[in-house]
Order: sequence, then structure tokens, then C-alpha cells
Amino acid sequence: MIDQKTVQHIATLARLYVTESEAQEYSRQLSKILGYFEQISQVNTQGVEPLVTPTEIECFWREDVVQKELSAEEIVANAPEKTGHLFTVPPVV
Amino acid sequence: MDLNTATFKDISSAVKTKKISSLEVSQFFLKKIKGHDSKLNSYITINDKVEDEAREIDTRLSRGEDVGPLAGVPFGIKDMFCTKGLKTTAASRILENFIPPYDATVVARLKSAGITVLGKLNLDEFAMGSSNETSYFGPTKNPWNLECVPGGSSGGSAAAQAARLSAGTLGTDTGGSIRQPASFCGVVGVKPTYGRVSRYGIVSYASSLDQAGPMVSCVEDAALTLEVISGRDERDATTSNHNVPAFSANLKEDLRGVKIGLMKEYMTDGLDADVQKTLDLAIEAAKKQGAEIVEVSVPLTAQAVPMYYLIASSEASSNLARYDGIKYGYRTPSSSLAAMDLDQFYQKTRGEGFGKEVQRRIIIGTYCLSSGYYDAYYAKACQVRRLLSEQYTQAFKQCDVILSPVTTSPAFKIGGRISDPLAMYLNDIFTVATNLAGLPGMSVPYGRSSGGLPIGIQLTAAHFDEQKMLNVGYSLQQTSPEKWKVANV
Repeated sequence: MIDQKTVQHIATLARLYVTESEAQEYSRQLSKILGYFEQISQVNTQGVEPLVTPTEIECFWREDVVQKELSAEEIVANAPEKTGHLFTVPPVV
Repeated sequence: MDLNTATFKDISSAVKTKKISSLEVSQFFLKKIKGHDSKLNSYITINDKVEDEAREIDTRLSRGEDVGPLAGVPFGIKDMFCTKGLKTTAASRILENFIPPYDATVVARLKSAGITVLGKLNLDEFAMGSSNETSYFGPTKNPWNLECVPGGSSGGSAAAQAARLSAGTLGTDTGGSIRQPASFCGVVGVKPTYGRVSRYGIVSYASSLDQAGPMVSCVEDAALTLEVISGRDERDATTSNHNVPAFSANLKEDLRGVKIGLMKEYMTDGLDADVQKTLDLAIEAAKKQGAEIVEVSVPLTAQAVPMYYLIASSEASSNLARYDGIKYGYRTPSSSLAAMDLDQFYQKTRGEGFGKEVQRRIIIGTYCLSSGYYDAYYAKACQVRRLLSEQYTQAFKQCDVILSPVTTSPAFKIGGRISDPLAMYLNDIFTVATNLAGLPGMSVPYGRSSGGLPIGIQLTAAHFDEQKMLNVGYSLQQTSPEKWKVANV
């Protein structure tokens, strides 16, 4: 069961602003979805190594050389607010 | 040459031998888009430089340069791929005005092979959805019935291709997002083996599941595209150095000696009658081409949907943490940043920038990864994932290719499932296991419902066995009543 308060807590962890009515809606939907997820708990996985990368990938090496790919202008071009080559951010301290 | 039914090979040879210019080919499709796409809403952005790109190809050819195997072939690109200088939105408000400074590797490889880019295709927001209804830019319509969904998340690619508003398209597939819309719209869609194709420059959704692939009009075009985009990329450490075969030259329709597996778990009674009929016809056709039919079993596919949504949402919650309203993308409008603390700023930016389905998946994922739940959910799902993958390995000792339905029914009505997320998730019941196990899969058009909607057949092969899968697809295509059907819109 995932109640409204839990939804609000998780939303805060995920840095999402969720209104009360959204929290109510998500609580109902997520309870149903998580309830459905429960069925995997029935599978016996004792001693099984988790699988993350589904195909065997060999590591490969490349020369460790500096490559300039983007200019400072290109990097800040999409910033919603900027000052010169700097990103403008809200006060953090 | 009728550009509505011309293969990539037809187009590129005609362009190379100057029977038609690259410019004329691109203009043909551009005109179709401008004339018809208002009904489908398949394109988010039209590339206003496409004619320049086409002229450039003509110029290079007139200088005697070898432009490549896709010379002059116009592509629509799902708006999940970064395209240099061309807006890339992931169908989200949060990326509404994002103009990438670089091309995704796959896009760069297609451009090197000679394509022109018609524009960027609609999708479910961040590829999260099975109906194209979660797009910030409005739903795409199915060209065979404008009241129905085209499927998702690559719904714009499928719809545009079915109506031939592109010669070819690119899609991405995290849990069926190429194969399901390909089936719903009647086009050929291929999801390669995980690691076959670079993910560099593709907007990340679930990194251990995402793959890019072609959504095109015939198996030959799919094979040729796959040849061009496959192979190791220094910029994606999960790409494989497996040899890339000449998929298109190797295609053969003779299936003697090929074992086709029918998976017990997918041969359910719950199938729509038209889907069942299509499946039966495809099996008969494969037999006639010489294939041997065997039964295989992958019992854990029964757990694939919960496993998939758990893993995909967890990875998404982590991947989407990058959207912070600082480096790029949407930022909450505020008269004064000083009035807000940093957390409020992030929360408002992300709360306003992401749509509901994306928020739902971020919340599910954050919950499943949070302290106290990680072992029971994410770690457990990854363990079951290994067992599922091992069961597939066993199944592919008994057969070369698994043949199955793509979905339980043809395309559903717009609005039919959007209010019930779980009902929407269950739509992916036959497609998600392929991604969990990292296997290649494809959908080939093979039938049609009594209501006139296309139905595809799904083929799945072992890791890096795309050639066998493409051959079965090619063979089915020969007898398919749905070969080269173009929707008039």
C-alpha cells in the first residue's frame, strides 16, 4: 500500500512537485501497480546473481587523448538562463 | 519509379544514376508530409534544411563521390535521437526547445550513408507509453483508422511510415516500442540485440533495455539500415564488437533446415480471433517454406511485465534526474530566483516539465530504489531477469527463431486505455521479455482485422542472430497479404 503521504515523500526524493489531487491519484494507481509487481517475490532466486547488462559485452580500450568536441558557446547554448559562458542558478547557500 | 513503393536500393540506385535527383526524392516526401500530416500528427518538427541536404547529396554525386548505400533516401527520425541543429524534444515539455549540438551515432552513420532528414517524429513522452497518447505535442493517429492509436512509443515513426510520409524511419524499443507500433500500423520494425547498435545521443529512458532500430516498408530496407547503424561505437561502452554481417545481401526465403519455435506461454486462448488467424497463417506459410515447427517454453515470461516495469521505471528515475532546469530544457518561470530555495526550484521545474506518465514512472522507480525496498524490488527483478535470460538460452538450443503474436489485439481506440496505467502496461505482455533478455526481435505485417487494422507477427532470435530472424521475416514477407500496403490519408 502506498498512501498519499508516501507519494509526497517519494516525490520530494525525486524532486517532483505533486499537488494533493495528483498525490491522491498516484497513490491509487501506484498501489495497484506495486500490488501487481508483488508476484515476482514468488520466484525463487536464492543465490542468483542479478543481471543488469543483458548481453556479454567485452570491455574495450581507446587511446586516452584529449579531444575538443564542443565549444563553450555550444555547451551553454541551451541553458534557460546564462551569463556569458556561465549557467545562472538559484542561490544555494 | 513510384516512390511510394520504392525500396532503399531502388531509390539510391536511381539517385546515383541520375534518373531522379536526391532533391526530387526529398521534395516528394516533404510534399506528402505538408499535405497529409495534419491528420496524423506524426511529425513534431519538419527539417527546414532537408532540401539543402538533398542538394548537397546531388552535388557530391555530380563530383563523382560515392555517397553511400542510402544515397538520397529520406528518413524521419523518432524525436528521441539527438540531431545536430535540429530540435529534439522526446515529446516532452521539459525538452520543448532543446537543440542538440551533436548527432546521435546512429543518425551520424545514416547521414554518412547518404540519407536526408525529413524531420522528427512524434512519440510517447520520453518513450514512456504504448499508444502515443502521452506526447506533450498531442497524440498521433493510426493512418488506417484515425480513431485508433498507432501504438507506442514509436507511434509517429510507424504512422508516418505506413502512410509513406517517409521512405524510412528510426525508432527506439525499450519494451516493445518498435515492434508494437509496427504491428499496429503494418510496417516492418526491428529491435536489434542489446549492444548491436550504439545508444550514444539517444535520450535515455532505461539504459539496460533501450535499443534503436529501423521501422520501414520491407525487410530488405530493415536489413540494409541495420547494416549501416550496427557495430561498436567508442562513445557507448555497451556496444559489442561482434561482426556485422551483410544482412541485406544474405537474405534468403528458403527456410529448409530452420527450426521455428512456438512458445507455449504465448500461445494463449486469450488472443483476439483475427490475431490468432494471422498467427496460424504465418505458421502454415513458414512450414511451406520448409521450416520445422517445434514447441519451446520460457515459463518466466509470465513475470515479464512486472519485471520490466520495475526495472524500466527504476532506471528511468535515475536517468531523468539530469533534467534540472539548469544546463538545458524547461525552467519554471519565476520573477526572481532568489525567492525560491534550490529544492523548490527543482521540484517546480520538474513538476511542470514532465507529464503524468513520466512522473508516475519516476515515482515508481524512486520508490523501488529507495532504502528498504531496493532488495525486494529492483535487486529481486534483476535476479529474476537472469533466470529469464537463462530460460531463453535453453529455448534457443531447440530452435533458431521464436514466432509469436506481437500483441493480444490490433490497435485500440484513442482514449481507450489511457486512464488505467496497469491496463496499458499489460498491452506489452508479448514484447517486454525480449528486451529483458537483450534479444533481437522484429514485427512483420502479416494480417488484418475485420475492422481493417494491420496485424504483425513477432520473431525473436538468440543474441546477435539477427540474420536468422531477418531471413524468417523475409520469407514470411513473400507470402504476406500485407506486403507493401500504403495507407491513404
